[in-house]
Amino acid sequence: MNEALRQANRRLTIRLLLMVAAAAGFAFALVPFYDLLCKATGLNGKTDGAVQIAQASKADIGRWVTVEFTSTVMPGMSWEFYPAQTRMRVHPGEVTRINYLAKNPTNRALAGQAVPSVTPGWTARHFNKIECFCFQRQVLKPGEVREMPLVFFVSPELPAEVQEISLSYTLFPVSG
Amino acid sequence: MATATTTAVHDQHEHPPAGIMRWLTTTNHKDLGILYMSFGAIMFFIGGAFIVAVRAELLLPGLQLLSPGMYNQLFTLHALIMVFGAIMPFATGLNNYLIPLMIGAPDMALPRVNNWGFWILPFAATLLLTPFLLQFSGVGSGATGAGWIMHNASLDLQSGIGIDFAIFTIHLLGLSSITGAINVVVTVLNMRAPGISLMKMPLFVWAWLITAFMLILAMPVFSAAATMLLTDRHFGTHFFDAANGGDPILLQHLIWFFGHPEVYIVLLPAWGLIPHILATFSRKPVYGYRAQVYALWTICFLSFIVWSHHMLTSGLPLAAEVYFMYSTMAVSIPTSVLVFCWLGAIWRGAMTFETPMLFALGFVAHFGMGALTGLILPAVAVNAQYHNSYVIVSHFHYTFFGGGIFGMMAAAYYWLPKFTGHMFDEKLGRLHFWLTTIFFNMTFIPQWFAGLDGMPRHVADYPLKLSAANLVSSAGAFLLGLAQLLLVYIVVKCVRGGPKATGQVWEGAQGLEFTLPSPPPYHTFETPPEVK
Repeated sequence: MNEALRQANRRLTIRLLLMVAAAAGFAFALVPFYDLLCKATGLNGKTDGAVQIAQASKADIGRWVTVEFTSTVMPGMSWEFYPAQTRMRVHPGEVTRINYLAKNPTNRALAGQAVPSVTPGWTARHFNKIECFCFQRQVLKPGEVREMPLVFFVSPELPAEVQEISLSYTLFPVSG
Repeated sequence: MATATTTAVHDQHEHPPAGIMRWLTTTNHKDLGILYMSFGAIMFFIGGAFIVAVRAELLLPGLQLLSPGMYNQLFTLHALIMVFGAIMPFATGLNNYLIPLMIGAPDMALPRVNNWGFWILPFAATLLLTPFLLQFSGVGSGATGAGWIMHNASLDLQSGIGIDFAIFTIHLLGLSSITGAINVVVTVLNMRAPGISLMKMPLFVWAWLITAFMLILAMPVFSAAATMLLTDRHFGTHFFDAANGGDPILLQHLIWFFGHPEVYIVLLPAWGLIPHILATFSRKPVYGYRAQVYALWTICFLSFIVWSHHMLTSGLPLAAEVYFMYSTMAVSIPTSVLVFCWLGAIWRGAMTFETPMLFALGFVAHFGMGALTGLILPAVAVNAQYHNSYVIVSHFHYTFFGGGIFGMMAAAYYWLPKFTGHMFDEKLGRLHFWLTTIFFNMTFIPQWFAGLDGMPRHVADYPLKLSAANLVSSAGAFLLGLAQLLLVYIVVKCVRGGPKATGQVWEGAQGLEFTLPSPPPYHTFETPPEVK
């Protein structure tokens, strides 16, 4: 192999290695990008953090929205976990409180984290929480039963064609 | 003095060290090609043995032989070994042996990297299989059972050492295939003999150039996803951990962003070599050369923007589902260009049906079935029924086995006389083709019906109503496995002796590699050939 060809091969190899690095960097860049995309589009039905009660406007008493509540306990988590009430009718803008019940039937203290999801996903941005047990992890002592509150209001800007929203909580075990 | 030194060095090159040291230290593209292909063939039989055990469990309803955990390990290992251990190394072996011959180069551009890339592979395979073997002496909980794209790994359903071993295997395999891909690109772009412009390269070289670019862009994503999984499992990160703000669906996105190009990485080398074989045995030039080159590039581009059709039931918004449906269906356009070019190649040709031609035609027929069903699967409404059913299993085996493996077999028979200098036993070759074709269809046709009837994949048991389909499918799989032993016999017999092959080997064979004697000398094209 002559020297010129050797040099050309080396240059091209380095360029291709840069492509490999770029592809790996792209994969890591997808992580924050995916989060932003989910936030912007409401994909995944992720809800935002706490909002202030002052942001709740006057209730639109001329209109009803049905909110359904469900719960799922992940494998490996031994709590009982369910909503006190599976559906309720609310006015958009009306601040409402509902409880989820959790019981730790084991003889060890266990921590759990509830992850919310709203269906249809794009209505998540209209579902505002003032207080929620999902904002931090919950720790239950052995045998403890706890009523965990959720205070929310549905934004009056919710498009009129939506008459039902489902809110699902998935309870994950948290170690440590 | 200078002349004398050159001669001495040259002399050393002509005579490689004898015995095992030749194979351990070789940087010769032909030696490495043979090593890659032999490794692929060995892994093909190991992966096959795993799936024979799986089909034995599925022979009858109920659990007879395997625990569900062992069953999960076996189908996962089968998939990982077949894709990364058998098909990809075999295709790499073909490119090592053939690309320098086809473009008139003395060797690959980076011979030492080439040696390194190969010798990573046996270690990767050992690493993958170690936890599987360790469990029999009571250490650990076995190999990974999360499926070849590790879907279930993020759910922590599998917490043993198997996934960690698989992650490091993926890193090693990534290293090996990326070095191999870089080598192909550098060789093809820099080392062509004068006169071979890009648009004069054989289609196999084109297909491998494109495959190499896909590997360079997709493989690092797979390694990155595996790294994230590793840090999630052991170093307290939360990329895929929903309890701590991560997203398990993100793992699926990352892995399928690699996984779909990977499908074409497996298939493109076969698509590239099929036109050579069809043209040879039809005594016609390659049909639609330009169209095929453009179709291959189009497929390469599309493969990176269709990945979520593997995830249509994961709760994507409707707009995304519709986009992935149409973009996936768009892949069928360049694919049909290829298929019609293959049919054009044999149209009114003076065809003869030697073993390589039979496998090439079998490839066209079976791949056609896999591709047609692939056109139906992304339809969002239909996918809800077919997702994760045996319809999918049957579909991708028609593309991977009916396409990929049939293509590799056609290539193996086509170039075997070139590699060994002997003709193989044509009668046995044809018998091997017919047995493979019959038992392949016997294995996978019943799976369409089992899948339509609701049989889910990845489950060790099934309802009674699916007994007949599974009985036929299992019997087919056992016989298909047995028939492959015939291939071993044919290849061994051909290596040891047989009628001498001419340089051109097949009447009608075109290409630079057929201007050389069979087998070609250890060093070829040290001065570039004259190409008009």
